[in-house]
Amino acid sequence: MIEVRNVNKSFGGNQILFDINATFEQGKVNLIIGQSGSGKSVLAKSIVGLHVPETGEILFDGRNFLNMTRVEKTEVRKEIGMLFQGSALFDSMTVEENVMFPLKMFTNKTSKEMLDRANFCLERVNLTGKNKLYPAECSGGMQKRIAIARAIAMQPKYLFCDEPNSGLDPKTSIVIDGLIKEITYEYNMTTIVITHDMNSVIEIGDRVLFIHQGKKWWEGDRKSILTTDNQEIIDFVYASNFMKEIRENMQKK
Amino acid sequence: MLKKLLENIGRYFQMIWIVFSKPEKWSVFRKRVFDEIEIIGINSISIVAIMSVFIGAVISLQIASNMDNPLLPSYTVGYITRSTTILEFSPTIISLILAGKVGSNISSEIGTMKITEQIDALEIMGVNSLNYLVLPKIIAAVSFFPVLVIFSMALSLVGGWFALVSSGMGSTEDYIYGIRAFFRSYEVVYALVKTLFFAFIIVSIAAFYGYYTKGGALEVGKASTQAVVVNSITVLIVNLILTQVMLL
Repeated sequence: MIEVRNVNKSFGGNQILFDINATFEQGKVNLIIGQSGSGKSVLAKSIVGLHVPETGEILFDGRNFLNMTRVEKTEVRKEIGMLFQGSALFDSMTVEENVMFPLKMFTNKTSKEMLDRANFCLERVNLTGKNKLYPAECSGGMQKRIAIARAIAMQPKYLFCDEPNSGLDPKTSIVIDGLIKEITYEYNMTTIVITHDMNSVIEIGDRVLFIHQGKKWWEGDRKSILTTDNQEIIDFVYASNFMKEIRENMQKK
Repeated sequence: MLKKLLENIGRYFQMIWIVFSKPEKWSVFRKRVFDEIEIIGINSISIVAIMSVFIGAVISLQIASNMDNPLLPSYTVGYITRSTTILEFSPTIISLILAGKVGSNISSEIGTMKITEQIDALEIMGVNSLNYLVLPKIIAAVSFFPVLVIFSMALSLVGGWFALVSSGMGSTEDYIYGIRAFFRSYEVVYALVKTLFFAFIIVSIAAFYGYYTKGGALEVGKASTQAVVVNSITVLIVNLILTQVMLL
């Protein structure tokens, strides 16, 4: 479980996050949604330590990340897997080397054990036999799956996904969403997904946190987000004319 | 402008402090050092060789063609070619060339990793990205630049000999006598000490500009150019300081 308490973050006098409080539960896919520029990525990056909040606490199963030394933070980070918006694969390494990288850095496994683990992870994301390809030779969807394989290589307790569907077609997006959901339940991880893709919200969102203008605006599950009266959420969820029509039809019924 | 300069200097030394922390895993670090020796050092051999042979040849021909005074001994060409090569050309000019080749390469490599979130990925995994990326490059440069400079000295003298003898402006015996005349091994020590400083400066400054790149591809290009310019100026300033300290 990850708890965020009273987190404030600003850049050069421009406050981005205002007193955020949230709990992200283990074994569930927790979504952070909001418009572009609402502060959701800053919140996620603050949780994983890429940004340092001015005030507040970030607790990984009760361990306050912000009070830790660099060495202690490194230990917590070994329990974190992250899927970046642009995949962030190491382009000088093959698919196999990318997946084996965290194992090489932090375990004492033999080459064969590392290769077996990499093959297992690649198989898990349906990329068997793609070991020797370089990221540049892979499609966007494949790159996301390789990034997922790398993220789960160390069997993390926490998984962060920053806009996992950006740049992907709807069909591939569903595959990626499905994978995130499956591995969350399979490994009982605390998963946090940053997205503004409503399909993902409906497909995989066990808990949904809506951030608006840097503030926690709403929290609930994927069903209640469709029926809430909160105007900002209605504007976000039913932004297109097509969705507005659906909402009107739902109200008429 | 002064404030920004001071900020950058402060940030540079903070970066150096983090770079010189203990590597996460020695076996990975060792492999990275050898990879970087190949990228930074071995891959620079050809350019260093070409530059050295041609500049050595030009130095010796220019000296020979300007030696009108009959009082000057015939071995002067070899003597001046050697002194110029060892004291200045090989350590400083070759370092300036490497500042362009290696510096822009390092800066754009790390800058691209930065804007594509590869460095964030390393940090989130718990890897000290500065240590992992920069320290092997510094070790590789500091250990291999002196080899390149010694190689350059030798090729430059060979280039000078070839040009002199093939143009008929001097003899092999006089040239070799000149190379050996009044030789002080301290000059080689001075050249290699300078090279060590230049190697450190070139890699660390290029890494600094790459690591703190923000934005997109355009900014990576700008960072790369800036790294080469700052590197070249810093090498020249440090060259002046070291010459004052070590030779005068």
